[in-house]
Order: sequence, then C-alpha cells, then structure tokens
Amino acid sequence: MYHIVRRGVSVLTAMIVVGAAAACSGSSGTSGASTPGVTSTEILVGTHTPLTGPAAAGYSKISAATKAYFDYVNSKGGVNGRKITFKVMDDAYNPATTQQVVRQLVLQDKVFAILSGLGTPTHTGVLDFLNTNKVPDLFVASGSLSWNQPKKYPYTFGYNPDYTIEGKIFANYIKANFAGKKVCSFGQNDDFGADGLKGVRAVLGASGVAHSETYDVTNTNVGPAIGALKAAGCQVTIAFTVPGFTALALGAAAQLGFRTQWMISNVGADYATLGGLLKDATGPLLEGVLSTAYLPAAMDTTNPWVSLFLKLNQQYNNNTAFDGNVEYGFAVGYLFVEALKAAGKDLTRQGIVKAVEKNGFSGPGLSALRFSATDHSGFGGLKMGKVEGGKQMVFGPLYTTDDGSGPVTETDYAQPAPPADGIPS
Amino acid sequence: MSRSTLLRHLAITLVCAVLLLGLTYALDPFRNYQLATAAAYLCATAGLTLLAGQSGQLSLGQGALMAIGGYTVALVQNQFGAHDVTTQWALLGSLAAAVCVAAVAGAVIGVAAARLRGPYLAGLTLVVAVAVPSIGTLWHSLLHGDQGLSVYLLPAPASLGEAFPLERWQAWLALVAALLTMLALSNLGSGRFGRTMRAVRDDEIAASLAGINVAGTQVRAFVVSAACAGLGGGMLAVLAQSVSPGAYAFTLSLNLLLAVVVGGLGSLTGAVWGSVLLVLLPWLADDLTSSFIHSPAAQQRLAGNLPLAIFGLLLVIVMIAAPGGIQGLLNRAGRRVRGRRDGRAAYRAEPSAPDAQPHAPAASRTSIPNP
Repeated sequence: MYHIVRRGVSVLTAMIVVGAAAACSGSSGTSGASTPGVTSTEILVGTHTPLTGPAAAGYSKISAATKAYFDYVNSKGGVNGRKITFKVMDDAYNPATTQQVVRQLVLQDKVFAILSGLGTPTHTGVLDFLNTNKVPDLFVASGSLSWNQPKKYPYTFGYNPDYTIEGKIFANYIKANFAGKKVCSFGQNDDFGADGLKGVRAVLGASGVAHSETYDVTNTNVGPAIGALKAAGCQVTIAFTVPGFTALALGAAAQLGFRTQWMISNVGADYATLGGLLKDATGPLLEGVLSTAYLPAAMDTTNPWVSLFLKLNQQYNNNTAFDGNVEYGFAVGYLFVEALKAAGKDLTRQGIVKAVEKNGFSGPGLSALRFSATDHSGFGGLKMGKVEGGKQMVFGPLYTTDDGSGPVTETDYAQPAPPADGIPS
Repeated sequence: MSRSTLLRHLAITLVCAVLLLGLTYALDPFRNYQLATAAAYLCATAGLTLLAGQSGQLSLGQGALMAIGGYTVALVQNQFGAHDVTTQWALLGSLAAAVCVAAVAGAVIGVAAARLRGPYLAGLTLVVAVAVPSIGTLWHSLLHGDQGLSVYLLPAPASLGEAFPLERWQAWLALVAALLTMLALSNLGSGRFGRTMRAVRDDEIAASLAGINVAGTQVRAFVVSAACAGLGGGMLAVLAQSVSPGAYAFTLSLNLLLAVVVGGLGSLTGAVWGSVLLVLLPWLADDLTSSFIHSPAAQQRLAGNLPLAIFGLLLVIVMIAAPGGIQGLLNRAGRRVRGRRDGRAAYRAEPSAPDAQPHAPAASRTSIPNP
C-alpha cells in the first residue's frame, strides 16, 4: 500500500510544485488597467533581439540605444506623464527562442507593445501570435515584405525599407553604372535573401542575375558559396547579409582572391560594425563597397540628427562607439515617442495603431514613412551609400519604387530639422 | 503485469488529470504555456529515461527524434490547413503520424544502436542529433531552412466559450499527451517488457542465457522511446505553432539527457522533475539576472548563458551529492521519515538504497514487486 501512496504522492508533489512555483512568482505586469502595460505613470514595451548568437554582432547595440533614448525622454518627464520602460529579451536570432521570449513579454510581463523586434526569420514566427493577441507590433527591425499585410496582420508595422525595393534600387544603379557586367547575388537563405533577390530580378529580369548563392545563419562556412561565385566570374555581387556574414563573405572573397564590386544591403553594411569584425583588414576590404541608406550616414557628424544622437549617446548610452546600429536604435526610439504622442493621453492599443496609420511623422529618415491604413511598410525610399577613403557616406538622389514591377524613380524629401530638445513635440 | 498494477496506474493518472485540470484554471495564460511546454518535454524525457535508465542505452539523439515528430506535425497539419479541415480530431491524426514516423526512425537507429555499446552508441546518436536538424536547411523548398515552418492550429473549440485562452487549451492537449505517455510507460516498465529491459541492462550475457532476445529488446526500447519523443516534439510544434531547426538543436538533446539525469535516471517521476526544470531554469535564470544584475553589459553577457551554467553546475552537484537525482533524494528522505516512524525494520526491508549506486538507477526500485 505504501508503494501506491508514495508514488502517487511523489508524482503529485511534482505537479503541484510546478503550479506553486508558477503561482508564487507573480507577474511584474501592470494588470488591472484597461490597457495592458499602461498605467498613469508607466508604459511597458518589450522587444526581442539578438544579444548573443550569429546575428549579435552590431545588432546587439540597437536595443541599448533605444533604451538610452527612452531614458533621456523619461528624464524630461516621459510622455504624457508616463515613463517608458523597455524590456529587452535576447532571442539569439533563433526563431524558437523568439517564440518563447515574445510569449513571456506578452503573457507574463503584459507589455503594451512589441517595439522593434529584430529579424526576418525570428519575427515571422510571432506575427500570428501577436496579432491574435492584438498586441501592437511596431517598427519591426527588418525589411521583409511580411510586415506589410494590414488585412491579415493589422497590428504589425515595418520600419526598414523592404528588401525588395532595396534590390530594385541596387539593380537600377547597376543598369546605369555597371551595364554589361556579370551580376550575382549572395543572400540569407530565408525571406530576407528571397525578397531582396526578387527586387533585383524585377529590374534586371530573371536572367539578369547570372548566379546566386545563399547561406544559412547556422553554418558559418561561406567558403564554398563564395568559391562558386568566383567560379561563375561575378563582377558585381549583391549581398543580402547580416553583418556577421558580410564580414565572413568579404573575408572569404579576399582569401580566394575573388575581386568583385560588392553591393551590400543596408542591414549588413554598416562600416563601424564590420570594422569590429574585420579589424585590420577593414579599410582595404570595404573600400568601394556600395550600399543603401534611409538614415543619415552615422559618420556624417555635420547632420543635425547625427549630432543630436551623438550627444545623447554620450550622456545616456555610456558613450558606446557610435555606429549605424546606435543611430538606428535612437531613430526607432524617436519614432515610438512620436507615435505615443500622436496616440494621445488615453493610450490604448487600438489608439496607437490608428496614430501610426495616420502617419505624419518627421524624424531623422532620409525618406518619408509609408504608413497608412492600407500600407504598413516603413521607409519608402533609399539613397546610395559608398565607402571612400575609409568613410561611408550617402550620395546621389533619393530613389523610390514599389514592391512590384513599377519603375525606380527619383524623388525629393527634405529631412526636417530635429527639435531643439531632441524630443518630438 | 497484474491487473491491479494497471488499475493502480489508471487511478493515479486520473487523479493527476483532475488536479492538473484544476491547475490549468488557476494559472494565467503564460503559466499554462509553461505547463504545456513542460508536459511536451515530459513525453520526451519519459521516453529517454526508459531508454537510458531501464534499457541501459545512452542516447544523445532524443532531440532529433523530437524534430522528426515536430516537422511531421507541421507538414501534416499544414496539409489539413490547405484543405480547410476544421475538425479538432485532425490534430490527433497529425500527432499519430508524428509518433509513427518517429517510431520508424527510432527503429532504424535502434537496429544500428543494438550493435553498439557505451561511447560508440553515444557517438552514433550524437551524429543523429547534429545531422537531423540540418535536414531543415537541406530541403529548403519543403522545410524553409532556419526560418522553419509555421504550424496550422485551430483555435480552442468554440464550445469552451469565446474567452477561453488558447494557452489553456494547449496545456490540456499537452497534458493529455504527457499523461498518456506516463501511463503507457509505467505499465510497460512494470510488465514483462520492463523486466526483460532491466535484465538486458544489468547483464546481457545472463539475459540471453535466460532466453531473452537482447538485440530485439534493445531495438524495441529504442522504438518506444522514439515514439514518445515524436509525440513530445509534435506537441512542442503545436505549442509554438511553428517548427524550426533551432527549436530542436543539438543542445535540446543534451538538455533532455541532463534533465533525465538530474531528475533521477530511470525513474518516470524523475522525468517529471527533469522536464519541469527544463522549463523553469531558463526563466528563473532570466528573472535572476534582471533583478540582481543591473549593468546592461553584464546582463547581456549572461543572457542565454546563465541557464546552461546553472544546469551544468546542478548536474555536477547532483552527480556528487545525489547520484539518484532529485527523485532518488526524495526517496531517501521518504525512507528516513518512515524509518524514524517504523523503527529500523523499514530500513532492513529495503537493503539496497539505489540512489547510492549510480549504475542502478532509482527507477528499478519502483518496479520491485511490492509485497
């Protein structure tokens, strides 16, 4: 008889301890209020981002900069009397971990919104979850086309110009400047690489890309792919890569003696980030590399937005080495505060979605944001960028286009001056 | 297995089911999700504890078999989704498919494994654990590489009401799977199959002299364990509503083995402890870092690494202090309490304390026929 009781008891205690541990831990969320994550004194937002893992290089600085901007806004009294708390969760760029941490943020911490969740493969997996739970999913840090599906995902908004328009703008530049050269592509083996290649092909035609190779983030051996590009005789190579793999590709190309004109997606082309990975080889490897930009060049200290962010970086971000990621983090923080102000005092999840759809934002972007009730994609235009003499600068006109077969056109956009105190009015 | 054993197991399962049902109503959605995840892990750890603890075959490939289950559920469910199947029973079909496919894979590995011993067996299963998740990137057009697949899942049945949280429904599904696994395995373990497994584990030559088909028993243990892993992996896919190689990476296989050893190798109750730890440790470690360490740089360094360190440390401590794992420790404490109450007679009745010997796992005691 003991046996039964003993086993029953041990199984039961096992089960009950789970429950007890779960019940005791208590949630740090702000339940009770009508809008999750919002009290009269606080707004709780969360994000998932790679602080470790294959994509951490560079990207891990974004969330810290966003947090620093919120610290600054909080020191000035917050937004409508509410201070912004930004909870950052590491997902190591692993879609399975993203699933867990986003559930923790939404269900346990009860965040008001997910802000700047980073990564195409990672964020794609939580779109359904966030929209079923009606959580604003603002300014996804990626340029996948998936974020722009207002009917299917009414709560999700992009931020980066999508990779398809970037691909089209690259291809447009190739037509004008590298006509007749053999064009190849090297891309991440997911929607990031696929969306980009789709854009390139939309302009150059299906046969316009002579050879295309891909990489998986779980495999750092890019040698065979780069070797295949060399063997194909590629003269211009468009790369849709995260910084870690840009560095691997450039390094492998140098080792194999593969000389090509690199054109690298803005998410993987930041000079300072690549410098941290390539060390002494940075200068020679990056010279002449082309990319795109929708924010002012981080090295352009004459730009008033860059100097504003530099100042805030010094005061609130431990004076971290300023690069494109830090600038990005500040820019996203600025946009979120703009959105919060537009949503007004009675902050609700529906309210901020409406406010973002209303648009009219005037931040540090080189182009306008496309947000409307029928368009949830981020920046609509890009300028070209180039590394010359160890400096990465933006040049030429602002280009814009659509995700389909429309032409790439030049457009005008006057970047507004930042407010004196650096906080949107 | 006597009829009374089956009845006893059924009774315990029913009591657990009722209590857990109550628990799902007491918990908020996030805890329910954690409970569901622990239950999904339990399917796999229970299978692994049977394989490693009772049949004596050390497998590092349990995570890979979970991946097979997970991807099977994803592919079958998405076919259902594409054909607008709207009955909840469809999920049962997907999970059954996951169990079958994983069992077949387990049989293939098991046939090879039955020829290998000790480190060679660990090596073979290690290869499986490393290789299988990479298949996701190999067949990119079907399995979508690192990004993985999303899994079509119907919302909770409408009869449960509008406001019924999806997480509670998922917890129910996972708990049913876990309880059925536990029931099946405890019956298997206490029956003829369990006895032959333990005979093979303890001395293969003696077992074959007694007329036991050693290789056959080992393959069967592998199949049973793989089927459990397939169910667990499939449940994990249902919970996350997605599958990706990262969800079933090599570390998952290692973690499952760690969980089983820390919980108490060979003991099904130990598997419960192990799966609970698998879910709670990363989450507790995260809470710990965010509440005690305020420097963002230090937090960043610890994120993701701390649970692994704690798990490793725990394993070392458990191996030194309590080789029978958590369950062995509890058994010992239970005996001490009873020993004090009943006098020394109780001690003499159970002369060998299994948790004092790492090679005779704690579970063997649960299967000693009770007078």
